[in-house]
Amino acid sequence: MYNMMTNQATDLRVDSLSMRYSSPRGSVDALQGVSFHVAAGEFVALVGPSGCGKSTLLRIVAGLQSPDLGEIAFPGRQTAPKCRFVFQNHALFPWMTVRDNVAFGLEMDGMPGAERRALAGEQLAALGLADFMDHYPHELSGGMCQRAAIAQAFVTRPDVLLMDEPLRALDAQMRMVIQEDLLALWERTRPTVLYVTHDIEEALLLADRVLVMSGRPGRIREAVEVPFGRPRDLTGRNHQGIEELKWRIWKMLEQEVKQQLHMSRP
Amino acid sequence: MSRPDRPCSRPFPKERLVSAAVLFGVLALWEVAARAGWVSRLFFPPPSFIVQTLGRMAWSGQLWTDLGYTMGRLGAGLFLGAGSGLLLGWLMGASRPVRLALDPLVAALHPMPKLALFPIFLILLGIGEASKVALLALAAFFPMLINTLAGVRQIDCVYWELAANYGARRLAMLRRVILPGSLPMSMVGLRLAANNVLVVAIAVEMLSAQEGLGATIWMAWQTLHTEELYAMLAVIGAVGICLHFIVERVTRWLMPWNNRETRNG
Repeated sequence: MYNMMTNQATDLRVDSLSMRYSSPRGSVDALQGVSFHVAAGEFVALVGPSGCGKSTLLRIVAGLQSPDLGEIAFPGRQTAPKCRFVFQNHALFPWMTVRDNVAFGLEMDGMPGAERRALAGEQLAALGLADFMDHYPHELSGGMCQRAAIAQAFVTRPDVLLMDEPLRALDAQMRMVIQEDLLALWERTRPTVLYVTHDIEEALLLADRVLVMSGRPGRIREAVEVPFGRPRDLTGRNHQGIEELKWRIWKMLEQEVKQQLHMSRP
Repeated sequence: MSRPDRPCSRPFPKERLVSAAVLFGVLALWEVAARAGWVSRLFFPPPSFIVQTLGRMAWSGQLWTDLGYTMGRLGAGLFLGAGSGLLLGWLMGASRPVRLALDPLVAALHPMPKLALFPIFLILLGIGEASKVALLALAAFFPMLINTLAGVRQIDCVYWELAANYGARRLAMLRRVILPGSLPMSMVGLRLAANNVLVVAIAVEMLSAQEGLGATIWMAWQTLHTEELYAMLAVIGAVGICLHFIVERVTRWLMPWNNRETRNG
């Protein structure tokens, strides 16, 4: 039976994943021997240059794609955990109202109509979208849509939450506001989070740990512990040493990003 | 120059006035030409006479009987044909094996003139209503199937993945993704199917029916009652317009999210 009140954050182990894309013009190692561990309830960000395979990695963890080699494991779980994915954009069905979109996950979990509509409504009201519940996504701004998409994932009480640059398409101010929503929602149920971004500062402000990836072949270069306490100050002003960490991570990526400018795609 | 014809702009009342004026002008010219004897009254009876004939046919009840037969066949054919085209379109769109198996068959049968198949239906189903309705169903089937299939295929894969990630399986996927996602294209298919069915309905009635608009047209030609012929053509035009608006209405009602006028930027 469906139990909406509990979620059980779970350990996530990624074990020597490899993935190669082949095309008539050559092949790319999207991922090569990627291994890491995320503790139950930990918020981990993945940063790396574009094309380093971070999205592929996330999709494999979500089960949207299968790897060539390696495996995903959830140690200590008898049953498969509830993994939910938040996409970059197009994250809402254009043919459902915002409320039905947010209730969609609950609907798939088998929750009765009245109950799920009430729950989705509550969640939307908490995010300041009460007046837009019966609107369709195209009637909302990008920020509102992304807020609703995040609500859609959280309202199902996932054990593991996978987010693929969910704030990429938003402007800087909107982004800061939604980062705040995101952390508040996460604090409430503390699912295990894997968060892909290309924004180093965002990674440092949100996560407990930042995994820095390098591309071609895609692998984990280094894991950076984020020393800041919670709740976070999303302006970064109160966090000692954030500039230093940003600089360190940038130095790891700089060479590769510059190289990309001189390289054509295979 | 005139404004670009954007799909979301509505025609101004002024523009409608222009189209009405043109239509009226052509009819007036025709009337004058026929009455003055510039054109043969046998081939081009004056519009006022055609309207009069139409009134007589309506009064005698013949018009309604014909219309009833034609609309009955059209409705039954459209319902059966478009319905099965819709179902098979969803199935072919969602299942690769089914699509691969049926694609060549569809490609071969679709361009075939439906009337050329009528003798086969006559052999199979006899000369009654069944063979006519079956032929009309076939005329509705392909536009619906092909548009629905294209509609399913163009659904952004993000939506499939989103639904799958939340645990949607077959039936939920059909109801929540495939059906609404392909609906805009299916409605285009329905419009084409309705037109197609009307064309084939009139043709098949001319070929082998005692009642119906097509049958009356054929009779009018054989007895050289051209005014009846034109009266029936006007009725067919009106039926076409009605079908258009019905489909339009149904489309809006089924797809409230497609209503661009409510967009607020």
